[in-house]
Amino acid sequence: MNTEAIKDLLYKIADDQLILGHKNSEWTGFGPLLEEDIAFSSMAQDKVGQSWQFYKILNELGETDPDTLAFMRNAEQFHNCQLVELPNGEYDFSLIRHFLFDTAELIRFSMLSESSFEPIALLSKKIKGEVKYHTMHANIWIKQLGSATSESISRLQASLDYAIPFALGIFEPSKFEEELKQEGIFEGEAVLKATWLGQIEGIIDQTALKMPSLDQSHLGLGGRYGTHTDHLQPLLDEMSEVFKVDPTADW
Amino acid sequence: MVINSVTNTKNISPEVIKEWLEEVKDPEIPVLSLNDLGVITGINIKETGKVIVGMTPTFAGCPAMDVMQKDVETVLQKNGIEDFEVILSFKTQWNSNMISERGRKALKKFGLAPPPKHNLIVDIELIEHAKCPLCDGENTEMKTPFGPALCRSMHYCHDCLQAFEQFKPL
Repeated sequence: MNTEAIKDLLYKIADDQLILGHKNSEWTGFGPLLEEDIAFSSMAQDKVGQSWQFYKILNELGETDPDTLAFMRNAEQFHNCQLVELPNGEYDFSLIRHFLFDTAELIRFSMLSESSFEPIALLSKKIKGEVKYHTMHANIWIKQLGSATSESISRLQASLDYAIPFALGIFEPSKFEEELKQEGIFEGEAVLKATWLGQIEGIIDQTALKMPSLDQSHLGLGGRYGTHTDHLQPLLDEMSEVFKVDPTADW
Repeated sequence: MVINSVTNTKNISPEVIKEWLEEVKDPEIPVLSLNDLGVITGINIKETGKVIVGMTPTFAGCPAMDVMQKDVETVLQKNGIEDFEVILSFKTQWNSNMISERGRKALKKFGLAPPPKHNLIVDIELIEHAKCPLCDGENTEMKTPFGPALCRSMHYCHDCLQAFEQFKPL
């Protein structure tokens, strides 16, 4: 097994989960309705918990412990895509990001549940069932608000147009695409992206929204290699504030 | 490896240990034992006498798993077991069909709709129509697939006009 390739795969998944989980948690207490407040808070808890499980596999492969991995790295050491680090903005953007990202994630975990690397396969099989609730939630709201009033439609459309280039950054190929594929660990970002596109279009087609052009793919790239927007470092500073003051703090 | 109590002076067996574990409850649903929840995946006693208890998480991010693991360790210690290990693993995967009949009754009594049995394909149809645990009404509506804990969704019953929660099918 190519351990470097597996670690690279684990880091990007874990970092995506941790950062988006943290962004979702910023809705706690601020959701537009109580149910949505609870939904984003629950998804935050799922994602942060799932990131911990992936950091734990990294730990078993020789990396440092999960808390240190989560809290003690700087932005350029993070492998998350830029989509997940963008500010929550208004609810329409958070909803569009949730839809675009979680659709990709459910496909990723479905693919990985067949992985030849057993720890990833077992965990992905588990998480797949949990993330299904996330995509179910996203699809309900995109279909509802994407066909409701002119305001809801134009807001979602603007957020979709803005988010699409960043969403394409989810599928930025790693250095190890070939190795991962050959060893049966992961079929690769290109396969994931093609499936994702079909599913996203399948939902968008049921609404008044229009699929934006995909030819802006030069934007939103670099996250997998440590290039981030200015939003990530302040987020990490805030996340790790308590840990840095007292690494033994417990709550 | 499972062996009988021949080499074990304390005469303990996996069955006995399972009985001890009956007192360990889900900290968020105190009427439901871990046995009935279905998260205890194996109890083995090695030739050396070491006790290995296998557990599998309900949800990967469930904060109650830590508490459950510690509670299992406490019960083993309380019963005089010194050499033990409680291992959390995804090898045996939990799903809500693993909640026992007794567990389902306990959930309902607690006011939580038990998860519907499923063929491992959970879709919106399955979670939308929960049976009200308060009046057994079927005229209910899902308000959100999320709730106050990762394993619960929220519903409303149009028969008795009460909100209720369901233990999510997974």
